[in-house]
Amino acid sequence: MANLKEIKNRITSINSTVQITSAMKMVSAAKLKRAQDAITQMRPYAEKLQELLGNLSSSLDSSEGVYSQEREVKNVLLIGVSSNKGLCGGFNNNIIKRVKTLKEEYSQANVDLLSIGKKLQEFSNKTFVPDNNSAIPNDLEKIFDDLNFSNVSEVAEMAMKWFANGVYDKVVIVYNQFKNAATQIVQAEQFLPILPPEQTAENTSSVEYIFEPSKKEIIEDIIPKSLKIQLYKAVLDSYAAEHGARMTAMHKATDNANDLLFDLKLTYNKARQAAITNEILEIVGGAAALEA
Amino acid sequence: MQLDIITPDTNVFSGEVTSVVLPGIDGKLGVLNNHAPLITTLAKGDVKVTKASGEIENFPTNGGVVEVLNNKIIVLAE
Repeated sequence: MANLKEIKNRITSINSTVQITSAMKMVSAAKLKRAQDAITQMRPYAEKLQELLGNLSSSLDSSEGVYSQEREVKNVLLIGVSSNKGLCGGFNNNIIKRVKTLKEEYSQANVDLLSIGKKLQEFSNKTFVPDNNSAIPNDLEKIFDDLNFSNVSEVAEMAMKWFANGVYDKVVIVYNQFKNAATQIVQAEQFLPILPPEQTAENTSSVEYIFEPSKKEIIEDIIPKSLKIQLYKAVLDSYAAEHGARMTAMHKATDNANDLLFDLKLTYNKARQAAITNEILEIVGGAAALEA
Repeated sequence: MQLDIITPDTNVFSGEVTSVVLPGIDGKLGVLNNHAPLITTLAKGDVKVTKASGEIENFPTNGGVVEVLNNKIIVLAE
């Protein structure tokens, strides 16, 4: 028979666990809402930019820019997006797994990893040492302290510069795409060289625009923008997915703790009842012994 | 005419305006009602908006792209 006091202690400790996990769940739910809002805010910009790019590139050969050169793949840069904090289920592990498989996929090339987020950085420090490129920053976890476009575009600019200078021949973004609060999809998206846009009939506009300064220059201006947007979208997606994952994980933890609590309370009451029955039996037995 | 100023982080301005002065890459350019369709890039500077109420407001930008089409102006700013 379990000790009454022991069970009581366990109940108290599990009670405080429930409080913590349910509080974390609430916090994540609030942050998820904000993260989703950020994605919704960005969407019109991204769509408009894509539309403009479609309008422009339908008449121009877009494969001649610096960012669309297909080269032999000797050096690959993976940009991985993880979270800074744990307790979010398989969120970070999925990213790490995907990074590992990608590294094997490009085994004939040099693979470097640029980590956004503390958890991936920790993995990177263990596995990707020594880095072939010492210019890769290792403090990108601070991006999540103040997540905005200009912070993320600095990272994009860095990657674009490396690609243009020939440091890397291919850049791939690995991130968790936010599908809904319970589901995240690990995505590996080619960042550079730019994949040619899919030509659809609706892309070609019938309107005669005035272009200033010239079509070509406008395209050269828009392409870096759309690349930055692509990375920003990935980071925002991952941020929303992180909170979704944490919310689900904490929800499950709360449920499990409640189940445990239910069982423990049952055991506690049974033990208490057994103790009382025992006591009564002893008293009755004692009284009977006196009378005899 | 309708003006929308959009940045990746937020929608800065949306409403009816009578005129807009944009910091074009080759110099300032003004857009009034019934302007021809136009796509241009912006330099760093202020977007000066005269609202339908006559009120004037300035929006600083770091560059961007503008599309003018059918009395609808969309500024993709940074």
